[in-house]
Amino acid sequence: MESGNKNRGDVMVVGGGISGIQAALDLATAGFRVYLVEKSPTIGGKMAQLDKTFPTNDCSMCIESPKFIECDRHPNIEILTYTEVERVEGEAGDFRVTLRKKPRYILEEKCSGCTTCVGYCPVQVPDPFNQELSRNKAVHIYFAQAIPLVPYIDETCLYLKEKKCRICTAVCEKNAIDFNQTAEKVEVNVGAIVLSPGYGAFDPGPRGDYGYGKMQNVVTSLDFERLLCATGPHEGEVLRPSDKKHPHRIAWIHCVGSRQVIPGGKSYCSAVCCTYIQKQVILAKDHDAGAECAIFHNDIRSYGKDFERFYQRAGNLPGVRFIRSYVSVGREIPGTKNVTIRYATDRDGVKEEEFDLVVLGVGLNPPADVKGLSGTFGIELNAHGFCKTNPQNPMQTSRAGVFVSGAFQGPMDIPESVVTASGAGSQCGELLAPRRGELARERVYPAERDVSGEEPRVGVYVCHCGANIGRVVDVPSTVEYSRTLPNVVHAEESLFICSTDAAEKLATSIKEKGLNRVVVAACTPRTHEPLFRDTLREAGLNQYFFDMANIREHCSWVHSREKEKASQKAKDIVRMSVARACHLEPLQEFKLPVNKKALVVGGGLAGMTCALSIANQGHEVYLVEKEAELGGTARRIHYTLEGLDVQALVKDTARKVYEHPLILVHTGATITEAAGYVGNFETRVRTRGRVVAIKHGATVIATGADEHKPAEYLYGEDDRVMTQLELEQKIAQGDSLLLGARNIVMIQCVGCRQEDRNYCARICCSHAVKNALKLKEKNPKTGVHILFRDMRTYGFSEDFYREAADKDVKFIRYEPDDKPQVETAVEEGRPVLRVTVPDFILGKKLALDADLLALSVAIVPSAGSREVARLFKVTTNPDGFFQEAHVKLRPVDFAADGVFLCGTAHYPKHITEALGQAYGAAGRVLTLLSQDTVTATGSVCAVNESDCVSCGACIKACAYGAIEFVETPQGKKARVNPVLCKGDGLCNMKCATGAIALKHYTDDEILGQIDAAFPETSIPGTGGGKE
Amino acid sequence: MSAGAEFVPKIVGIICNWCCYGGADLCGVSRFQYPPFIRLIRVMCSGRIDPGHAFRAFSKGMDGVFIGGCHLNDCHYVTNGNYDALGMVKTCKKVMERAGLNPERLRLEWVSAGEGIRFANIMNEYGARMQKLGPLGKAEGLCAKDLRYRLQAATAIVPYMRLVLSEKLKAPVHLRSSGDPDQAHEKFYDSGEFNRLFDETIGEKLATSRIVLLLRERPQSAGEISERLGLSAAEVSKHLKTSSRQGLVRYDTGLRRYLPADAPS
Repeated sequence: MESGNKNRGDVMVVGGGISGIQAALDLATAGFRVYLVEKSPTIGGKMAQLDKTFPTNDCSMCIESPKFIECDRHPNIEILTYTEVERVEGEAGDFRVTLRKKPRYILEEKCSGCTTCVGYCPVQVPDPFNQELSRNKAVHIYFAQAIPLVPYIDETCLYLKEKKCRICTAVCEKNAIDFNQTAEKVEVNVGAIVLSPGYGAFDPGPRGDYGYGKMQNVVTSLDFERLLCATGPHEGEVLRPSDKKHPHRIAWIHCVGSRQVIPGGKSYCSAVCCTYIQKQVILAKDHDAGAECAIFHNDIRSYGKDFERFYQRAGNLPGVRFIRSYVSVGREIPGTKNVTIRYATDRDGVKEEEFDLVVLGVGLNPPADVKGLSGTFGIELNAHGFCKTNPQNPMQTSRAGVFVSGAFQGPMDIPESVVTASGAGSQCGELLAPRRGELARERVYPAERDVSGEEPRVGVYVCHCGANIGRVVDVPSTVEYSRTLPNVVHAEESLFICSTDAAEKLATSIKEKGLNRVVVAACTPRTHEPLFRDTLREAGLNQYFFDMANIREHCSWVHSREKEKASQKAKDIVRMSVARACHLEPLQEFKLPVNKKALVVGGGLAGMTCALSIANQGHEVYLVEKEAELGGTARRIHYTLEGLDVQALVKDTARKVYEHPLILVHTGATITEAAGYVGNFETRVRTRGRVVAIKHGATVIATGADEHKPAEYLYGEDDRVMTQLELEQKIAQGDSLLLGARNIVMIQCVGCRQEDRNYCARICCSHAVKNALKLKEKNPKTGVHILFRDMRTYGFSEDFYREAADKDVKFIRYEPDDKPQVETAVEEGRPVLRVTVPDFILGKKLALDADLLALSVAIVPSAGSREVARLFKVTTNPDGFFQEAHVKLRPVDFAADGVFLCGTAHYPKHITEALGQAYGAAGRVLTLLSQDTVTATGSVCAVNESDCVSCGACIKACAYGAIEFVETPQGKKARVNPVLCKGDGLCNMKCATGAIALKHYTDDEILGQIDAAFPETSIPGTGGGKE
Repeated sequence: MSAGAEFVPKIVGIICNWCCYGGADLCGVSRFQYPPFIRLIRVMCSGRIDPGHAFRAFSKGMDGVFIGGCHLNDCHYVTNGNYDALGMVKTCKKVMERAGLNPERLRLEWVSAGEGIRFANIMNEYGARMQKLGPLGKAEGLCAKDLRYRLQAATAIVPYMRLVLSEKLKAPVHLRSSGDPDQAHEKFYDSGEFNRLFDETIGEKLATSRIVLLLRERPQSAGEISERLGLSAAEVSKHLKTSSRQGLVRYDTGLRRYLPADAPS
């Protein structure tokens, strides 16, 4: 940023982990100037330390680091690393924040990141990025993809400690070392603050949990994450600390520091450990197929989207045992330093078993110095030391203008951290809407070099992707081979081609080598193409001169056991890519106007909240609801576990919606047609027989979900059997059925976690606990039994699970192959529902006589969701819920641009979560609606008029109406309107004369790839092009 | 697998960006394994894929061509290009059949971006099938020259195929909204009506194309043509009449052989 508005911004985001990064990017894109403040030497946070992310096992750094570069390149983001917030004064709209920039002792603007100083530094220190499992130097770069890519000198430096050494000063050619630096105070003025400080990992050190700290081969899950990682202490080889040997027998212990009411522990559930442990098991098996893995667990909480399948995937691996047992402190075997674990199972009693390595599944704690944080920002904390938030609005803190996102709200996974970041962004937008755009600036690229007269000069960059590619594909020989290909003038390898320095080097080498085509052989273009295209623009080359050879998803990852063949395939893929690159042409993108209105489909709590947040930022919203009344499923919910009055919330939200001048509500409405594209949609809505056409720039799908209607346990046959929602209704109404009820039984997982509905509906365990507590509140003498498979009261809900147990709610576990049986019976003249369930502890059948039976039924995709998916050209997952663009980092976007998602349409979730997502979707919508234009692809069709015989076949094929006849001196010819063309290229296949061609996917380009697909070959004389 | 020189097929896959490519990516992310002899090419929509692409691939010695798109009615574009891909593939398969090539070599599948495992399963099954089938041409009992002629003949009619595909051979649009569009289209492409239309149009054109190519080699009698192309005398006679009428071939009374119309006397 420049000095014009020095030290003045719109929003300060505090914390540069994935949540802070997302908040900064959303806000900056939506026209606000953002300060992104991070206390460590780089942005990235905890996600940067993870090896892979569940449940897709995407490489964590690979998906996060493009965001680093995006932040770094964004004209509206100023990144301040190694910086802490000292004081916050003022009020919402006008905060004065005092920052303290710690000295790096490196002049950022002079440093080239060459790391010569690191090489020479004599001081070895444990590397914090690698969880102190390896060593680094007193001067070092935090990690390879760090932003800024500049070293820092820590307090172990000999000069800082004893005024000795200064070798670094002597070897630095840029004179970038400056020991005179001192902490610098900076005062910044902003209108709003987003707090995203993340979490602290539970430290088992002080208590020495399970021998941690005393026994070398007991490590934390975060340690293990680094051991697994290609950039970890042993380059992705899993070696145990004591003797650096491959551990063969590995044990994981769940709930370390979580779900504990003993001193030093945390009573809540950390929400992510069950699934990250499963991930680690799968990865450990990936590293060593013969590894024997034992997982000691309590309830397995696979409550998220696709978590249940992930759990099964881990469980089905050979040599993997999930053991439901508490474990006790083991001992270290002298000599081998193996560790023993004592555990007990229902079947075998107490056993002691020896392991080579023990991994502690440590929980998520509030960030370090949370008290200081609370004092500095003037915000209240909850009982667990996390940020106190409003259940109606999980981004709201106790101080106006200060919002919270990510795991500081409470334990959560990456997608939730991203969603709440977008949500916090939306609320900053509501607060600061009038000043949007005032401080924002446009990105400026250098002029494009005209290469039209040049022969193709291709540069090939082959990425190791840490070990993701390099472990399977022979990268150096692929580079060697690339150099032999026609038109290739330069080839090199890179550890991570997506890292900032690699991207910079790429830009430099494009200029230095005079490249006019670039091939990056790395991962999938579906995620990384935008990043590299941007790099080409930075280097003054048309971005369409780029092609990506996917040698990871389509090669190293799918042929990991056939290294030689995979290496040959990688060469073939590169050859195809180079062949294609030689045919590439420069294309110009153009701008299309954005309609500033939004359409929200679904008027439940999520849809209404999303509509309000968008409208509060000055955009008109059409809210379409199929029912006659707004409110959705929430109209049937009366209270939440936390005590939120849902009926009041629904009424209040609906009132705000109806009163809002910018929201137009259509109830009793159906969507009959949806057309258009990002920024310019047109949707037809039928209300009471009348059809109206709505034009809008963005679409939000918030169509909710339905309650499954079971056909078991006498549901529908006996009035005393009901769903939890129906029970809730009865409790709220004080139904007479309840008054006389002596005993109530609840059965969990009805209709889900089974073959035909292979997912966990997430909310039912909390729902059962909620109703159980309410029943106990009404009448403490009512007996309540909850028959469960795993109690999935994740996060802070764990407190209520414990409260229910304390209030004598009985929890009885059952297995899916021995489900409870329900029959009617008469006991001492009283008609009862007899529920029989096996009791594992007593080893016999238990018969419970209930007056009422409540079924915790599955949540299923709403009846109309298939149709909505079809209309809006979006996809659903195998379970029928809507499929987001990227599970981790684009959780409320669809792959189709301009369409967003929130609420239970995405997956079952609690009200607070749905509201968070609603704000999140609104935040994403604003990144679009705050723009005046969207950029349309340059890959559109064009007609070579001399070949056009005006048959009109292309015009008929184009459902977008992008082609029409025009009169030319040579007669009637088809012509493409590039604004309307969406680049599918169907018309190409209709044109008998080949006159129409889709740019960037021309026959020359495709045939070039086909011809190059395999070496040698071709049937002699077939005339199939060049031979 | 047996030891020694085992046949390794060469397969090229042309797949759409939105669904099948995403499925292939997810397959990778999930580390599902499949044989390493397929090379993938990304296009935006399977509707972009042309018969010429498939024939070029076979001409270049591929043993299999895989085409992947979105499930029917799930196309990313309002053009629903995957229906066109379906028509294209069904027709190409017929052309291959007529030309004596095993139509199984051309394979069309729908894979959504969420179906990583499905992509792996298809690759494994199709890969194994191609491996078992053996090399293109050889497995069909064709010598290199014959194979070349047949593919040339097929390539020559690609522009005509495009024309007929979007007109006469197009599946009725109402089939798209039937309960099971996959089933409905299978039925359509298996129907006598479709086969009749195919014979009248592309079938005819392909035979003519093959005859003309054969005659470029040297003048030949109807009997010789019949033997070389594996067509009945009646069929050959019919095709020769049509192509004479269209001015593509002529009968040289001196040679008592047919030759291309443009050949010097």
